[in-house]
Amino acid sequence: MAEALLSLEAVREHMADNPAVVALADLAVKAKFDRDELTIYVASQNIVAAATAVQKAGYNFLEDVTAVDWYPSEPRFQVTYHIVSMKLKQRIRLAALLDGEDPVIDSITSVWPSANFYEREIWDLFGIRLIGHPNLTRIMMPTDWTGHPLRKDYPVEGYR
Amino acid sequence: MAPVAAPDMINPGVDDVVADARRHNQDPSNDHTMVLNMGPQHPSTHGVLRLVLEIDGETVLSVAPDIGYLHTGIEKTTEAKFYQQVVPLTDRIDYLCPMTNNLAYVLAVEKLLGLEIPERAETIRILLNELTRIQSHLVWLGTHAMDIGALTVFLYCFREREELLRLFEAVAGQRMMTSYFRIGGLSMEPPIDWFARVQKFLKIMPSKIAEYEGLLSGNPIWINRLKGVGYLSPEDAIALGVTGPPLRASGVDWDLRRDMPYSGYEKYQFKVPIRTEGDVWARYVIRLEEMYESVKICQQALDRMPEGPIVADAPKIILPNREQMKTQMESLIHHFKIVTEGFAVPAGEVFQAVESPRGVMGYYVVSDGTAKPLRVHMRNPSYATLQALETMCKGKLLGDVVAVIGSIDIVLGEIDR
Repeated sequence: MAEALLSLEAVREHMADNPAVVALADLAVKAKFDRDELTIYVASQNIVAAATAVQKAGYNFLEDVTAVDWYPSEPRFQVTYHIVSMKLKQRIRLAALLDGEDPVIDSITSVWPSANFYEREIWDLFGIRLIGHPNLTRIMMPTDWTGHPLRKDYPVEGYR
Repeated sequence: MAPVAAPDMINPGVDDVVADARRHNQDPSNDHTMVLNMGPQHPSTHGVLRLVLEIDGETVLSVAPDIGYLHTGIEKTTEAKFYQQVVPLTDRIDYLCPMTNNLAYVLAVEKLLGLEIPERAETIRILLNELTRIQSHLVWLGTHAMDIGALTVFLYCFREREELLRLFEAVAGQRMMTSYFRIGGLSMEPPIDWFARVQKFLKIMPSKIAEYEGLLSGNPIWINRLKGVGYLSPEDAIALGVTGPPLRASGVDWDLRRDMPYSGYEKYQFKVPIRTEGDVWARYVIRLEEMYESVKICQQALDRMPEGPIVADAPKIILPNREQMKTQMESLIHHFKIVTEGFAVPAGEVFQAVESPRGVMGYYVVSDGTAKPLRVHMRNPSYATLQALETMCKGKLLGDVVAVIGSIDIVLGEIDR
């Protein structure tokens, strides 16, 4: 069964020897441990620092970057990073919450080049701008497409 | 509800893709390059993939993949479906390994639900997964060999694949879009003689793989086209998000079946083939060895096949069988409720990754506690591996691009979500 959710303090206490928890000690604003998966929330302006810190802590492989739209609640967007340590055989999830007015977050392509396509996908489908991305263009939709289809307030049939 | 504004500040179109391709050219004095469009419909791209190549004579200077021709909107569609209705959609993501996609999705939802699966269902799942791996590798080997110019192997591979598709049809009623796995188990018990048919297939398969090897491995044209082509260093492979056989061909010892086991893979004995050359040849050898290993895993699954139910004991999640439905009022009610209202999944988010024939296939499922998923994201191996294409092709010949695309075993269905 699903385990009880653990708060940031509880995560720090119970997982004090987890290298990701140690590396993000100063950057984490929230954490949860649910269904054997550790999620650490960081402020959006700290995402590059957090990515660098976990990479140094041995989490060497960026598996996935994606976003969730929590419309209509605020903060509306969540950008989620799944990072694996091949040595520890462990996966952690970094997350950053963004408000819906002008969702902006720094690109982590300088830390992991593989974030390139994922971040373009986030821009294309959610309209979250990635600052510092080398080529932030649409990747799935035609270049003249209106809107960002995976937003919850985007109609399923599209605008045209 | 206000319409979503489109601040599309940077939507360059094709010309800028080309300009971007030119920017990658390191030598400014080189003014006799040309831009060549490969695809979107090209026999070697295995789907609709357009590559904007900048070439100098026959030498490739840069590769800019242009994807999105197949955009099916699957992730948007999932948000309008009940959890159980998403299973057939996952088949369509990667048409060469529908079972692996099914597995990743149902495992993710089962994790959200906290559902325990009977051992028989798990064993059949592993058996089908490994058969799917063989099937997918057969299509890869056949089409890869055809790209390079060897047609015979293509015919031989599809002969064996046909037998596998007959096995899938017998068990699921469908040859390609099987939708056989259910949240909580399997859709039905395999037919009576099915395990015997699998056993017969497993007996002959190793000799068939040896036959392909005999046709190709000593062939001088094959060796010259593959060896030393498309080199990818282990550091680049990890940095660019490459997974599966291309990662292991670069010498990184990483296989989710062994390192982060799911569905009871820890109970099986198998080797993870590793090569250090990092070229197209290494990827070819690794996939051949993986087919032998898959046969071994299938054999172990058959030998240990436990008796028992194929679905978990969760009447509110699993459809009752026909007989129960006709005789028990409770079952009829459950059937009606599941079909019309779905079942609520506790709120939370999970990421479940499995080792598909192409690499790490991950499903990120977010639930808000209702009967429909808030978000389903598919992390597909070809999508990430495509980013490494430029690193592998730069400075090589145009003909090598064909060999490299073949060696990453691309499926466009999973790239263009």
